[in-house]
Amino acid sequence: MNQTTETTTETTISHYLCIGCPLGCRLEVEADNGHIVEVRGFTCKRGEEYAKQEHTEPRRMVTTTVRVNNGIWAKLPVKTTAAIPKEKVIELCQQLRQVNVTAPIHIGDTILSNVFDLGVDVVASRDMPTDQN
Amino acid sequence: MITESIKHLNNNYDVVVVGGGPAGMAAALGAKESGAERVLIVDREKEAGGILLQCIHPGFGLQHFKEELTGPEYAQRFLEQAIAKDIDIIADAYVLDIDGDRRVKLMSGSQGVQVISAKATVLAMGARERTRGAIRTPGTRCSGVLTAGLAQRFVNLLGFLPGNKAVILGSGDIGLIMARRLTLEGVEVAGVFEIMPHANGLNRNIVQCLQDFNIPLYLSTTVVEIHGRDRIEGVTVAPVNEHLQPLADQSWYVPCDTLLLSIGLIPENELSRQLQLRIDPVTSGPVVSSTMETSINGVFACGNVVHIHDLVDFVSQEAILAGRNAGFYVTGNRPPTDNIRLIPGENVAYCVPQTISSDREHTVYMRVRRPLKESILKLGDIYEKKLRYVFPAEMVNLKVKPRFLQNFHGEALTIDILPLE
Repeated sequence: MNQTTETTTETTISHYLCIGCPLGCRLEVEADNGHIVEVRGFTCKRGEEYAKQEHTEPRRMVTTTVRVNNGIWAKLPVKTTAAIPKEKVIELCQQLRQVNVTAPIHIGDTILSNVFDLGVDVVASRDMPTDQN
Repeated sequence: MITESIKHLNNNYDVVVVGGGPAGMAAALGAKESGAERVLIVDREKEAGGILLQCIHPGFGLQHFKEELTGPEYAQRFLEQAIAKDIDIIADAYVLDIDGDRRVKLMSGSQGVQVISAKATVLAMGARERTRGAIRTPGTRCSGVLTAGLAQRFVNLLGFLPGNKAVILGSGDIGLIMARRLTLEGVEVAGVFEIMPHANGLNRNIVQCLQDFNIPLYLSTTVVEIHGRDRIEGVTVAPVNEHLQPLADQSWYVPCDTLLLSIGLIPENELSRQLQLRIDPVTSGPVVSSTMETSINGVFACGNVVHIHDLVDFVSQEAILAGRNAGFYVTGNRPPTDNIRLIPGENVAYCVPQTISSDREHTVYMRVRRPLKESILKLGDIYEKKLRYVFPAEMVNLKVKPRFLQNFHGEALTIDILPLE
């Protein structure tokens, strides 16, 4: 089921698939000129909260890899320290594709700090020892 | 910090664990916990960690560590514990055979072929992916057709992309995760095709791997032909009917240079079959008792090599139990033998372990054959429990307590999962 928005005058109805539990409730958010009027379709509080968050400010954790020189593997897995706005995800990954680090790296080392001035860093997800060969 | 593989192997160990992924590492820790002194992990990769090394996404550890971790972070936690407990680890080493006296023959880059003796062994070799041969997709045998997990290894560990435009067959979590992974690395994903009428993976992945990137999901549709001479050039896809038969007249062509197959995992059971362990035909893994012991005394097994798991946290739980019992086996503190056979009944595909005992609590894992919204799990006549929303892709677990079995004197109990009327 896709996220869709129907529009009649200034009222919009947006659809979201809840990810809170296996029930996968189909959530509906009705908004008037951008203000949420009603949330429907949830069967628990988490679902209601999720719908509101997804509608107003959807955020995502980002995990990807960056190139590492001299490490035992060619790529170092990294992650954001907090969820960032969904619309910034692709741009962050494009930036990270230009980044090169050198082993040894320690888990938690900062790879990029304060991305998009959001107070969120990108850090190493593991130790990356130097390749002995 | 990642330890170097040990340079000088001992000739004998209390417990040898085959495989150093999440199951192997947890089993080694369990063995130490129950008194085994010399414990060795053998792993064929350049370092321990198993499949977790390439699972760079989050979702691991919510149950075990009460934190959401990425795969590598979860692996590193266990590796640090293993090192702290003086567990030997030999990497880049492959177990070739285990004979009747539990002599383990292994082959390694650094030490050649060696035979070491073990008082007990734990099999934790994990799973492998089903390949094109398993579904016999017609067409040319061109390059660019690979399993989703292999593509994940290429992208996340080896640092290269499988292609520029991909089609993914199978909507299980591995396929969904790779749809996102490829997109984040600049690869175009033309679509995810799923032969069943419902998606197989978590809703979270449907939203965050497909919807977020407008990647189309085609249900009840499969790949019916692969085209391309040296390299794949495209696939023919077609919708299927209720018997999963393709409707050829409604097929269409999707150009691509890569086809990823996410069509299921099976236990890596070569060594298990070589040892002639009793194999469960449904799981394709060894039959195990409630102590995770196989049909051969002193050979235990845990993790994906026994049955395919969804949550690594349950793998760890199961593996610690297996390791602990391997340790008890060595120190002579074995619990009572199992006295009750568990039989998968109505809507239950299998259950692990296949036998239990009445003296202590057990966690029994199972999967349903058909999804049910509201259902009731029945353990013979002696216990029942309501379940909400069961489906084949999510393992069900049941704690069987001794008090359920107090008045039960039979040899076997059937487990059914029936719709709630």
